[in-house]
Amino acid sequence: MRDVAVIGVGLTKFGELWDKSFRQLTAEAGSKAIIDAGIEGKDIDALYVGTMSAGRFVGQEHVGALVADTSGFSFEHIPAIRVESACASGGVAVRQGYLSIASGMNDIVVVGGIEKMNDVGGTAATGTLVTAADQEWEAFFGATFPGIYAMLATRHMHEHGTTKEQLAQVAVKNHANGALNPHAQFRREIPIETVMKATMVAYPLGLLDCSPVSDGAASIILCAADKAKEYTDNPIKIIGSGQASDSLALHARRDICTLDSTVHAAKMAYKQANITAKDIDLAEVHDCFTIAEICAIEDLGFVKKGEGGKAIDNKITTLDGSLPVNTSGGLKAKGHPVGATGVAQIVEIVQQLKGNADKRQVPDAKIGLAHNIGGSGASCTIHIMEAM
Amino acid sequence: MADGGVARFWREIPQRYNFIGNKCESCERIFFPPRESCPYCRRKSMGKMKESKLSGKGEIITYTIIHVSPENFEEQIPYAVAIVKLEEGPQVTAQIVDCPIDEIKIGMKVESTFRRIQEDGYTGAIYYGYKFKKTEK
Repeated sequence: MRDVAVIGVGLTKFGELWDKSFRQLTAEAGSKAIIDAGIEGKDIDALYVGTMSAGRFVGQEHVGALVADTSGFSFEHIPAIRVESACASGGVAVRQGYLSIASGMNDIVVVGGIEKMNDVGGTAATGTLVTAADQEWEAFFGATFPGIYAMLATRHMHEHGTTKEQLAQVAVKNHANGALNPHAQFRREIPIETVMKATMVAYPLGLLDCSPVSDGAASIILCAADKAKEYTDNPIKIIGSGQASDSLALHARRDICTLDSTVHAAKMAYKQANITAKDIDLAEVHDCFTIAEICAIEDLGFVKKGEGGKAIDNKITTLDGSLPVNTSGGLKAKGHPVGATGVAQIVEIVQQLKGNADKRQVPDAKIGLAHNIGGSGASCTIHIMEAM
Repeated sequence: MADGGVARFWREIPQRYNFIGNKCESCERIFFPPRESCPYCRRKSMGKMKESKLSGKGEIITYTIIHVSPENFEEQIPYAVAIVKLEEGPQVTAQIVDCPIDEIKIGMKVESTFRRIQEDGYTGAIYYGYKFKKTEK
């Protein structure tokens, strides 16, 4: 297997982008990444794009070819592949691009992630998101996507004494980080009382425990590591890549409070990188709901199972903590255009490892981790990166 | 949720109306919903998955109260959804009914009850299946 590096990144603003179409967003993120990497169209061997449900959100399938076309590569005839794994579509697209270079098949690939969610109303968006869960055995009976994570939260509170206030702290922290990120959907801090008193969505999760409905796109350029310095002085190497699956339904899991897909993908990525959780300097984790960040930091091994709720009080995951988590604002504040998320997480880690994260820069960041979840944990990808 | 097609619903009637699961005769584990093969025994279970009716009795493992729902459930808001561990082992997701919402708690014993689950608007199909209620002492 060959080593692979990230040589360019691009991101659109995340948010309710009424004046931008699916096509415009994907072209914007892609061209920013291509210019950042200093490559040209003829250098690109393949294009991978992650999107959860372009079919339901904008009525368009076959978006691999569409993205290549929109980005101006229709005359280059490059292979274009659409990847779907619900909210982990972006992370899986990154891994597919990574594997295609590691295998020796490709030298340079573009990986994009996109979702345009605001072209449908809120009810339709909710109905589409729950397709990430088990349609026949969860959604049919009235479970919603926030409801499934809410059940995870209720059980976590019961078993480990996690409090609603600890959940709220995650939203407060991620909003504080998002306030420092010019691409974030929500660029303002929120007081904990506001989170605690927010309209209930699915007990115990209120509106501000949930990531928003967002539009946005992200893109990265991957390159064989031995060729990366031809294009950039500071490539960021992918030193570990892991992926795992689990039952589609939450109720069929070994343990309701543990996302085994995270545990297994982490084991795979740590082993490849030859490191442990202790070596990670910062992480972007999949906080689609506040409880999801608490479970993620436990399942990644940053804290012990059951201790995730205390990570903010203990100054572990805060921006000035020992292992800052979601410096971008996370899905909660940066926004969660589902297909874009897994790619955007890599963009944040790359910016941090290059020292380009401005006010949210983690000092001396050497090794960063990106953790992307599909559904309530049926899919997970983990990528670990280090400056070369 | 299924514009046009009702076959995908009547196909599931044995499971949703009568709690018919299946049992792997290789390891004796019971599954609900029924599985094509046993994930523990895999090829050893081929041809050995036998129909098995579940009691519909169990206890609440975790729950939520839904306040924002898809259109088909809007008239039921707020409603409780739980994961119930059945006596025979499998866990299922379903609504908890006939009980004040604030009385629902983890560990509560429940039994299944046959109910209307959702409907496709005023003139569309009505879908039935199981919900759970507190077990009578």
